[in-house]
Amino acid sequence: MRIAITSSGPDLDASFDPRFGRAAYFIVFDEETDTWQSYTNPAMDAPGGAGVQAAQFIANQGVTAVISGDFGPNAYRALSAAGLAMYLAPRGEVPSVRQLLHQYRAGNLEPVAGPTQRGHHGSVKGGR
Amino acid sequence: MRIAVASGKGGTGKTTIATSLALAVEGRLVLFLDCDVEAPNAHLTLKPNFVLHQPVHRLVPRVDEVRCTGCGHCAEVCRYHAIAVIGSKVLVFPELCHGCGSCVTNCPEAALSEYGRLLGVLEAGSTPTGITFIRGVLEIGEPSATPVIRQLKKWAVTPEICPQVSTSETVEIRDAPPGTSCPVVETLRGADFALLVSEPTPFGLHDLRLIVELVREMNIPAGVVVNRDMTSDGMLERFCVDAELPILMRIPLERDIGQALAAGKPLITVRPAYTAAFRDLFERIQQLESRSIVV
Repeated sequence: MRIAITSSGPDLDASFDPRFGRAAYFIVFDEETDTWQSYTNPAMDAPGGAGVQAAQFIANQGVTAVISGDFGPNAYRALSAAGLAMYLAPRGEVPSVRQLLHQYRAGNLEPVAGPTQRGHHGSVKGGR
Repeated sequence: MRIAVASGKGGTGKTTIATSLALAVEGRLVLFLDCDVEAPNAHLTLKPNFVLHQPVHRLVPRVDEVRCTGCGHCAEVCRYHAIAVIGSKVLVFPELCHGCGSCVTNCPEAALSEYGRLLGVLEAGSTPTGITFIRGVLEIGEPSATPVIRQLKKWAVTPEICPQVSTSETVEIRDAPPGTSCPVVETLRGADFALLVSEPTPFGLHDLRLIVELVREMNIPAGVVVNRDMTSDGMLERFCVDAELPILMRIPLERDIGQALAAGKPLITVRPAYTAAFRDLFERIQQLESRSIVV
C-alpha cells in the first residue's frame, strides 16, 4: 500500500494540509518498504480544476489510499475512477503528517463514501 | 449608447436604478439586458411578456471508448483540467470545460467528438411601455455565467431583437451581476458608460473601490449613484472626489421606497418626481460619455 497525505510541508513533521486539490505537498508513504517521499502538488496554483489535476497526479504515483480533510465532487470522481481509497482526517484538528499516519495505521480514520463538500468552482477571490 | 449598471457590492440597487432609467428615457428605442443570469430579477419590475426563447450551448467532448487508447494527449492539452486520464480511463468534467476544442483537435485516434451542453436560455419580449427586454437564465448548478452573458449581448444586436435602426438611436441598458469577476467584466465589455450604484456603508465603499479599479482598467467612463443615502461619515464622498468620480444622483433611505420596490413597483412610480431626475441623469451620462471620447 502507498498512502498519500496532504501536507503543508515536505516532511513527516509538517502539519497536515486539510485541502486536497490545493494542498502544498503530498507525502507518499510506502508501507512495504517503510519509506516516504514528498511531492509538490502541481495543482496548487491551478486557476481551476485543481481537484482533477491533483487526483490525476496522485494516481500516477501508484498511490492506493489518500488522506485529506476534504474531497470535492471532481476530486472524488477522479480518485474513485482510479480505485483509490479516501480517508478523512478528524475535523478541527491539525496534526502532523506523522501523527495522522499513526492514526491511519491504527485504523482510526473515517473512510469516505462520497464528496465531502460542494466544490470551489466559481468562488473567485474578490467576487461576491 | 450602452450603459452598464454595476456596483461591486450586491444589493445596492442596480436593478432599481437600471429599471427606472429605462422607464424614464424618452423618445428612444430602449433595450434592457438583464445580465445577472445567475439571479435575473429586473422582469419583476419591468414586467415583460417573454415571446422568444433561445437555448445557449457549449461544445464539450465525449469519448468513444472503443477508439480511445488512453494515450493522455487530451488531458495534457486541457488548460482547465476538464479531462483526466487515469490508468487508461478518460474522465470528462463538463462543468470545468471551456469549450476550446483542443482535446478533440489533439486526439490522434479521433476518439473525441463534441456535443452541445445546455448552459442556459435567453428570453426576449417587450414591456407594457414598449421597452425591448432580454435576459439570460443560467441552468441550475451551472458554474459559468460568462458564455450566457456573451450570447445575450450578441443576440441583443441581431435583427430578431433589435429592428433595423442604427445603434446610435438605441439606448441599451445592461443590468450587471454583483461582484467584479468574469461575468461583470463581460457585462462591461463594449459598454460606453458604467453607472456605479453604491451605498454609504463601509462594505459599499470597499466594493466601489474594486469596481472603479475595474472600469478604469477597461477604460470605461463612470459615475456614481448613491443609494439608500443617509447621514454618513463622508467617506464615500471623499473617495469620489479623490477618484474624480462624479456623483450623479442620490436616493434617500426611506421605508416606503423599500416597500414599493419589494412589491415590484419601479422607483419612478412610487416617486414620480424622480422621472425628471432620471432624465437629467441620462443627459449627464451622455455628456460625460461624449467628453470622454474627445479626451
